[in-house]
Amino acid sequence: MIADLIEAVAKILFIFGVNMGFFAPVLGWVERKQSAVMQDRVGANRADIFGFTLIGLLHPVADTIKLLTKEDFIPAGANKLFHTLAPFITLTPALIAFSVIPFGGQYEIYGHTINLVIADLDVGILFIFAFASLSIYGVVLGGWSSNNNWSFLGAMRASAQMLSYEVAMGLAIIGVIMVYGSLRLTDIGAMQENFFKWGIFLQPIGFILFIACATAENKRIPFDIPEAETEIVAGYFTEYSSMKFIMFWMAEFLEMITIAGIITTLFLGAWHIPFISSKMLLSLFSFAGANGATILVMLTNIATFFTKIIFMIWFQMTIRWTLPRFRYDQMMKLGWKILLPLSLINIFITGLVLLL
Amino acid sequence: MSEYIPVLIMLIIGAGTSALILVATTIIGPKKSFADKMEPFECGESPIVSPKLRFSVKFYLVALFFVIFDIEAVFLYPWAVLFKSLGLFGFVEMMIFLALLGVGLIYIWKKGALEWE
Repeated sequence: MIADLIEAVAKILFIFGVNMGFFAPVLGWVERKQSAVMQDRVGANRADIFGFTLIGLLHPVADTIKLLTKEDFIPAGANKLFHTLAPFITLTPALIAFSVIPFGGQYEIYGHTINLVIADLDVGILFIFAFASLSIYGVVLGGWSSNNNWSFLGAMRASAQMLSYEVAMGLAIIGVIMVYGSLRLTDIGAMQENFFKWGIFLQPIGFILFIACATAENKRIPFDIPEAETEIVAGYFTEYSSMKFIMFWMAEFLEMITIAGIITTLFLGAWHIPFISSKMLLSLFSFAGANGATILVMLTNIATFFTKIIFMIWFQMTIRWTLPRFRYDQMMKLGWKILLPLSLINIFITGLVLLL
Repeated sequence: MSEYIPVLIMLIIGAGTSALILVATTIIGPKKSFADKMEPFECGESPIVSPKLRFSVKFYLVALFFVIFDIEAVFLYPWAVLFKSLGLFGFVEMMIFLALLGVGLIYIWKKGALEWE
């Protein structure tokens, strides 16, 4: 019981530390640096401590200090309670959604079974969708309570867009669930040990549909109509300043990590290395003794999982800085007239193939 | 039920972090307010219309379609988990259900409810 509790707390602290301590600040830097590289610029490189700039890695620290000491602005006529509550409602679900994604398999070390997932729920995928869709409340509340025309337009656009793409996203996943027959993400991950059993080979259409819908759910370019700078200033967070402003950005980065985690678990073989099974890894590390080998396999699997996550984050960043923004009618057309029928057809074809 | 306890711990830590950031930024930052500054941002103009007026009915329509199709998705999840054991009968039955909703999609499509001009 005590061992279980220590294990649970250790896993929570690990995921929380990686997400909030590493990914959320570093991704802000990565986004600026990658856009700079892609556009032939230098990018963030000025913040320094005693002359050491560390290729701009100190910028997240400098930004945090700067934003903490900025005035927290609430415009006249705004609903103060909801205006303050909106970033809270956006950030909290984004922090929690990662807790059902497994970052490794099950290992037996010194007689204690370690299951590398914070909460091994039997409704894993539904849990993620439930929490991911909660963030829409933060967006709509923030836009509505700001008493600003641009914010309000941004909130309306965001709500319609997120609702539209949530339908297609939910249906795009059905094919994967049909193939693996489980909603539990650890089961789905464990079934992808064979390279040719990865979701991306069994569900190629589902993979493309899910990436498109997830990008739209996260309101990133090419689907960033709710915060289109050239049209409505900054959309629903126009009136936000100081750390409240950055909370919306943190939520976006955390959602990016969660999307990368879902894609890795469902489509890219979770924690497995292509063509190398756990048994081969175990015999490779056999010099370290039974427990040592298991620990080394565990660390390898965690490293593999986070490598895949970093690759998917890079992929989303590249999409962000490659494509132009859709017009609103084009975006709604894509969601309802192309992605939704395609995902229904995908379900039909998957069912047909599985039955034959 | 015990597998939900870590989720609860995560929820408390997450909510605590968000609340801490909110409290910190409210306390630390300076507070200087005067009437012109507190106006909502409108690219330098004084706002002449309140945002809380009527807006396009299209947004309500999207919400209605969402309810219909999302409930469809909710019905599909348990079916998808049990797909292999339900066999041909389950497949045909669910395809009839999907076809009915497909007819609904074609109807709203032809009625022009998905057009944003």
